[in-house]
Amino acid sequence: MKLTKTLLATTALTVAAGAVAAQDMADSMTLVSWGGAYQASQDKAYAQPYAEMHPDVTISWDESSNEAVAKLRAMNEAGNITWDLVDVVASDAIRLCDEGLAMEYDPDELLAAAPDGTKASDDFGDLIVSDCYIPQIVYSTTVGYRTDLVGDTPPTEICALFDLDTYPGKRSLEKRPINNMEWALYCDGVAKAEIYDVLETPEGQDQALAKLDTIKDQVVWWSAGADTPQLLADGEVVMGSTYNGRLFSVIEEQDQPVGMLWDMQVFDLDGWIIPTGLSDEALARVKDFLYFATDTQRLADQAAYISYGPARESSAPLVGEHAELGIAMAPHMPTDPRNASNTLLYNYEFWADYRDDIDAKFQAWLAQ
Amino acid sequence: MTDAKGDATEGSAGPMMAADGTPLKKSLARALRMQKMRALMLIAPLLLFVLVTFIAPIADMLFRSVENDIVSDTMPRTTAVLADWDGQGMPPETAFEAAYFDLYIAAERKLHTRLGTRLNYEQTGASSLFRKSGRGLDDIGEVYQDQFEDLDEGWDEAMPWAELMGDPEWLSEQAAWTKGARQPEFILRDGIADLLPRTAEQYEAFALYLQDEDNKSPLDEEPWSAVHTALYEDLAAGDLSGYSGPRADMLVAADALVDSPDFETVSFARGFEDIDEDWADPEIWRTIKLYSPEMTPGYFLNSVDMQLTPEGVEMRPDNQRIYMLLFKRTIFMSMVITCSCILLAYPVAYILANLPARKANLLMILVLLPFWTSLLVRTSAWKVMLQQQGVINDVLVWLGLVADDSRLAMINNQFGTIVAMTHILLPFMILPMYSVMSTIPHTYVRAAKSLGATDWTTFWRVYFPQSIPGIGAGSILVFILSIGYYITPEIVGGTTGTFISNRIAYHISSSLNWGLAAALGTILLAVVLILYWAYDRIVGIDNVKLG
Repeated sequence: MKLTKTLLATTALTVAAGAVAAQDMADSMTLVSWGGAYQASQDKAYAQPYAEMHPDVTISWDESSNEAVAKLRAMNEAGNITWDLVDVVASDAIRLCDEGLAMEYDPDELLAAAPDGTKASDDFGDLIVSDCYIPQIVYSTTVGYRTDLVGDTPPTEICALFDLDTYPGKRSLEKRPINNMEWALYCDGVAKAEIYDVLETPEGQDQALAKLDTIKDQVVWWSAGADTPQLLADGEVVMGSTYNGRLFSVIEEQDQPVGMLWDMQVFDLDGWIIPTGLSDEALARVKDFLYFATDTQRLADQAAYISYGPARESSAPLVGEHAELGIAMAPHMPTDPRNASNTLLYNYEFWADYRDDIDAKFQAWLAQ
Repeated sequence: MTDAKGDATEGSAGPMMAADGTPLKKSLARALRMQKMRALMLIAPLLLFVLVTFIAPIADMLFRSVENDIVSDTMPRTTAVLADWDGQGMPPETAFEAAYFDLYIAAERKLHTRLGTRLNYEQTGASSLFRKSGRGLDDIGEVYQDQFEDLDEGWDEAMPWAELMGDPEWLSEQAAWTKGARQPEFILRDGIADLLPRTAEQYEAFALYLQDEDNKSPLDEEPWSAVHTALYEDLAAGDLSGYSGPRADMLVAADALVDSPDFETVSFARGFEDIDEDWADPEIWRTIKLYSPEMTPGYFLNSVDMQLTPEGVEMRPDNQRIYMLLFKRTIFMSMVITCSCILLAYPVAYILANLPARKANLLMILVLLPFWTSLLVRTSAWKVMLQQQGVINDVLVWLGLVADDSRLAMINNQFGTIVAMTHILLPFMILPMYSVMSTIPHTYVRAAKSLGATDWTTFWRVYFPQSIPGIGAGSILVFILSIGYYITPEIVGGTTGTFISNRIAYHISSSLNWGLAAALGTILLAVVLILYWAYDRIVGIDNVKLG
């Protein structure tokens, strides 16, 4: 940060100082993200404005986030890190941090304060779930349904997933225990606050699987985020879980007969990690970029291109309209108070511990 | 060679000589050796390339299936203490003490969470236990740190410590060090290791860590609290009132303080329990003990649905067994796919081989066309065809063969995987069959017929036996390709059509349990080799022709 501050100051003062700064920072940067609409939103909100301010910097994208953890480990073992900044979900960030593959940082030193002077650590608040994690957006996993296949009473609650009498037909769920187990317990009468306590016990895990068993032969299991929107568009399923941004795109951009639920949406995060082992020049460039790309305005800008909520509290009031459709984006944010009346925050600590164990049971159950 | 031998034995006047006077036999052998060397030189680049880029990485990956040095590397003291523990009840206080010092250093080097991840594969909860403990260990040391500091501010400063522990010569070198230059490596003062053994060990670890990893000078940084804990232990164990080296006043005063009844101490076991009550459960200690050795059969046992327990090897609980099922399913489905490929490919290859060249070429392009289309596109196309609202079901409903509310489930199950994979792997069966069939002379068939054989006899007794090498080659190709297939089963396999490779991919890219992935991969490799060997015994590998 000291470096960044001095650099910013000097660039502002003289052109000559700018030339010195360019020497100290790498002039190229590889950002890793998920590809598709999400990466495009990052490119438009962060990377292109930054490149305009720094014409000598080349920014390239690598669409490898879905295998970032394994690739970073392999790169680290080979001692050759070719990525500068990697976009991952929070659970991956925690694992990368545990493995020593991501760098720990100090939020107040690295990130800009909010316009009103609130420190970055307070502005992001609890969303900094790991010492290595710089959150960007809040997204949620929720349920979409075909408006023309659910009759006159469209579902309003998550438990419609398990209600085969009222809503017969296939459902699509993600092929992993996370989210499904929570919803199963919730719909089996477990109080929201106790879900993870129950899920810790083998009996609780059996209970969740037993609940899922009631709809097992009506479930299509998905593993790619694009599956459920496709299955809904084809009429292959009546309802299914997916990310809220995907549903926004199906409903608002593609105008399909699809509706969505906000009930018991599971919040998750997406954000940056800095790989360990970067050279000093590369690190200086990454820090300079991050300071810019995670400030209040930039996070709010991203919401003009995709319906994910900014991770900073101070960004929420600045969320405007969709860049192409011209509709107000605030009501489509998972964090909007009207949408967030009944939500669940993904329990990272729990899943870091129980993921292997419950996944083994879940997969064995699936294969039966 | 035989010629030379013949000549030599036939000749009665001793061995035959070459032009330069050496025996012909020797000279010939040398010439042959030279020839072999030259041949070897020619293939050397390829051999090296294969060794470096193929054999070595695979060997390295397979080795991970037994590698387990992370436990003993990260917790060397603890594993040594636990080696003498019988696993009954709680481990002794010395184990907690060892774990304290081990984990303290590991936490400073950020290695404790890696160990936690490793042990979490064996015992659920280890991950957060280690993460938490890394943060909580300071609470134990601070009890001592605070008391020493209250006695004398010097214990809170870098210099007194450095003078007490460091070699005087090293001290002057270190004082002259400037940032950017290489640091003179820390050396313990003569005799200090005998006087304060634990403190010396901890301080040395601290100083070396500071120099190597943080690039800071031990003269500027006060030691971490584990050093204070070690100092307390040394002072409590020995009498230092006669000490007269550097900083004697501080040390003697500290010794007197430790011996006074007011000095507050904390038991390591208690300290660990305060961090997390799981440490008070012998389970985690048993797991550490069980996985202390540098090699472990644990991953292999896991990959055949067994587990290592203190009581020995046992089967996993019923609701966690999955790998044997997947292995069996993978082999069974690969065989089904191979058979359906044979049935579909044989007539196609036969027609290709017996049509006039121009028509055959056109057909050949049709066979090759799928090769030029992306695998994902072909697989997704099957999705469109087979799904319940898909083309085939629509046609069947339109024809009235199937009711609209009971459309056939042809995808996201075994059937979908078999159909899609048969389609994708078909060219690998057709091509070797075709190249073998096109070498079978027509004259044989005509001869058989002219001798009075029926069409069937001609085919079965004359043509078919000659085409077997093609079937063999195609089958081996298709079977081995399908046994390791991953993308297609993932997309169209649902829950009943997935292969073992999908789990391997999961452990490589998602759960990061590379040891288990390596063990599963090794088993798969062994299965393929055994099947190959069996094929060689039953059919004979000489009987395989690619052309």
